[in-house]
Amino acid sequence: MEYTLKELMTICAAREIKNGDIVFCGTGISMLAAMAAKNINAPQSVIFFETGAIDSELAHIPLAVADSRIMFHTSANGGLMDAFCTMQNPFVGQRVVGILGAAQIDIYGNLNSTVIGEYTAPEVRFSGSGGACDVASFVPRSIIFMKMEKRKFKKKLDYLTSPGYLDGPDGRKKAGLPPGGPDKVITDMGIMGFDPDTKKMILLGFFPGITPEQILDHMEFEIRTDQATEVPVPTETELTLLREKCDPQRLIL
Amino acid sequence: MKTDENKVMRLREAVEKYVTDGCHLSIGGFTLNRNPMAAVHEMIRQGKKDLHVYAHSNGQGVDELIGGGCVSRLEIAYGGTGKFMSTCIRFRKAVEEQTLMVEDYSNFQMTLRFLAGAMGVPFLPTRSSLGTDIIEKWGFSKSFRKENPRIPDEKLLVMDNPFDGWGDAQKVVLVPAINPDVTIIHVQTADVRGNCRMEGLTFADVEQAKASRVLIITCEDLVAEDYLKTEPDRNQIPFIHATAVVKVPFGAYPTACFRYYDYDPVYMKAYARAAHDDAAYQDFLAEMVFQHQTHTDLLDHVGRHRLESILAGRNCGYAKNLDRR
Repeated sequence: MEYTLKELMTICAAREIKNGDIVFCGTGISMLAAMAAKNINAPQSVIFFETGAIDSELAHIPLAVADSRIMFHTSANGGLMDAFCTMQNPFVGQRVVGILGAAQIDIYGNLNSTVIGEYTAPEVRFSGSGGACDVASFVPRSIIFMKMEKRKFKKKLDYLTSPGYLDGPDGRKKAGLPPGGPDKVITDMGIMGFDPDTKKMILLGFFPGITPEQILDHMEFEIRTDQATEVPVPTETELTLLREKCDPQRLIL
Repeated sequence: MKTDENKVMRLREAVEKYVTDGCHLSIGGFTLNRNPMAAVHEMIRQGKKDLHVYAHSNGQGVDELIGGGCVSRLEIAYGGTGKFMSTCIRFRKAVEEQTLMVEDYSNFQMTLRFLAGAMGVPFLPTRSSLGTDIIEKWGFSKSFRKENPRIPDEKLLVMDNPFDGWGDAQKVVLVPAINPDVTIIHVQTADVRGNCRMEGLTFADVEQAKASRVLIITCEDLVAEDYLKTEPDRNQIPFIHATAVVKVPFGAYPTACFRYYDYDPVYMKAYARAAHDDAAYQDFLAEMVFQHQTHTDLLDHVGRHRLESILAGRNCGYAKNLDRR
């Protein structure tokens, strides 16, 4: 079955979500990945927004994390305080999986969503942290969506908005952060993980028709590729459920 | 009802009286939902200047205040409205052109800062942002902070856990309290004294309202004193915090108001198009703000057809058949 790159990326992220996970969603593709997981492989996962909605039904696709569509048929409607306390909570916070995106990422999975250039005189200003820094600080596992470009996979970030492993295996501990960090980076060419010992990014999978060399060509830093294999293409069931159940109006896909 | 407890005012008077040039302001809502847009447009119409704005993710309202030339200093976590503007365009322009001073926090930090202000404590702790540039890089310099008694000398402080590792934490980040001069929120229902009932998510409206010296409430439905007291479990803000109450139907338009109306994709798209260009933006402001005396005039200009297209289903809370492509 034919598929688009966006569909493949969404399904790759959805496959990382398991029953019991509480999925922190941003806007766009991250929201769609959470919906896909719920409809395809993890019906017992819980969709969760920083604005305070938990267990939203999402009968229609929201276009922002404050869209009224996330408030319909939830388990509880609260506010920002409820949402962020849930992630910092020692019990339920441990079940939260964050899905994030950013303008830049480095080899330790730290993210920049604030500026390009000097902070006080930036060339480009982005939206800023929102809840991303909070999620990245608190939760044990996050999935990051990135587009493969040299200017996005940076040796040094212009601004560190959301913590990954900071400067290595002891980075988070030294800084005083709870354990955790990025688990997967889903890009438009393949999937990265992080070496359990060094916490450096490694290539885990490449999309059909893409080589590990092509991926390295799109990065400013080098990563190991010796464990990488071809990513399995989306199944007919995955694609049908994604298209028909999650985004029939094609608002995101 | 005792007349001295009636806080009902007209929007123009409330903004004239309480929002002064240079004051510290926060507005309710989140990205494209329940922003007090009628009040935002009134502030722009009245030419308010030099505002110091506190925002978590108050997208559309904050971007229009910046675009309207009202804001000099901004403490913010997120400037965007989702699909319509991934980064707020007038915000981005103002920061890149350095016409706006900006200080970055996270959404949780801003929420905690309002809560600290509401609680009457100088700061609250969190574990968010340890090891990041949110702590390291300051938009407001040390000297600027020292000279300005309304803002704390430090942006954030990292502290060793004084309970010596209790709670499995070695360090905490202390976030300073915020007490705005004025907070403006838009709610579904308020009574004449200022009791409030919100539907759907409350975002950080309750913390923002209670942290503020003056609270202006705009509402879809204005009801008599006893009405909200028959089901008090559904109310979030008691009247003791309220200063002024203004009835403004569609007062959050073009942002959404759960169970009343949706956001208006036509406005949001036209806004994003115009915001990229200074001249086009001035035309947009003239058409949507300056040519109108009141919010009702804007609604007349937008027209019945568009307003009907965004009316929310009472059960689902939004407009199911709205064309959002």
